[in-house]
Amino acid sequence: MLISNIEVIPNMRVVRHLGLVQGSTVRAKHAGKDIMAGFKNIFGGELGAYTELLQESRDEAVARMSEQARAIGANAVINVRFSTSAIAAGASEILAYGTAVEVAETGR
Amino acid sequence: MEALLQLAIFFTLLALGYLFGRRAESKHYKSIREREEQLRYLVVLNQRFPPPGMLSHRTDMVTGNVVISVDYFKTVVAGLRNLVGGNLNSYESLLDRARREAILRMQEQAALRGAEAVINLKFETSRIAGNSAKGIGSVEVLAYGTALTHPDK
Repeated sequence: MLISNIEVIPNMRVVRHLGLVQGSTVRAKHAGKDIMAGFKNIFGGELGAYTELLQESRDEAVARMSEQARAIGANAVINVRFSTSAIAAGASEILAYGTAVEVAETGR
Repeated sequence: MEALLQLAIFFTLLALGYLFGRRAESKHYKSIREREEQLRYLVVLNQRFPPPGMLSHRTDMVTGNVVISVDYFKTVVAGLRNLVGGNLNSYESLLDRARREAILRMQEQAALRGAEAVINLKFETSRIAGNSAKGIGSVEVLAYGTALTHPDK
């Protein structure tokens, strides 16, 4: 599955347009990590645990999106965008969305 | 007595935030500058189409993200600033660091694939509230784009 955030992929031609697909996750870190993050708010610096968490959830959102695309017979998702929103303290929703298409290589 | 104790806690936190926050920031800026120098060859563009000469390159999506937390000193300074208005320098440097770090991580990922350029860069910023409901706790910045790699590589 080809995932890209540009609309026109070099050497490829869109043969079929299958519409919007999306994938999202909502995740939270356990309380211990939240307490550590509270301390970090005093000292400043990077929150490694959260960086990791958000990266993992983003991968998960992309995986769900490509699963949905595969189900409708696409072989690529183009023009992918990410969006994040905090829905509660310590939990955030990550959304990935894009256009599912069927692409074919253009012989050159 | 109780008020005095609270005042002492406040000043201790302020001093800790100032000391550690300052040190973390200058260390971070140093590392950012060094890595930016190293990765200068990898051009990052925010245009949507590949530049001429790279039209037959392979494309891969690359991402870089970072969560950075404010320190207590910055929170207090920003709170005071809010009374009079103006530039919040303490938050500006925080977001500047986060954005540059996210781009660097994305570039590093692209460099691992042997890419020559990254196009269609997009940013996404979100606030992580954490324990404090008011004010910002930490910010997350995500940078993502499409890495262009030479087809023979």
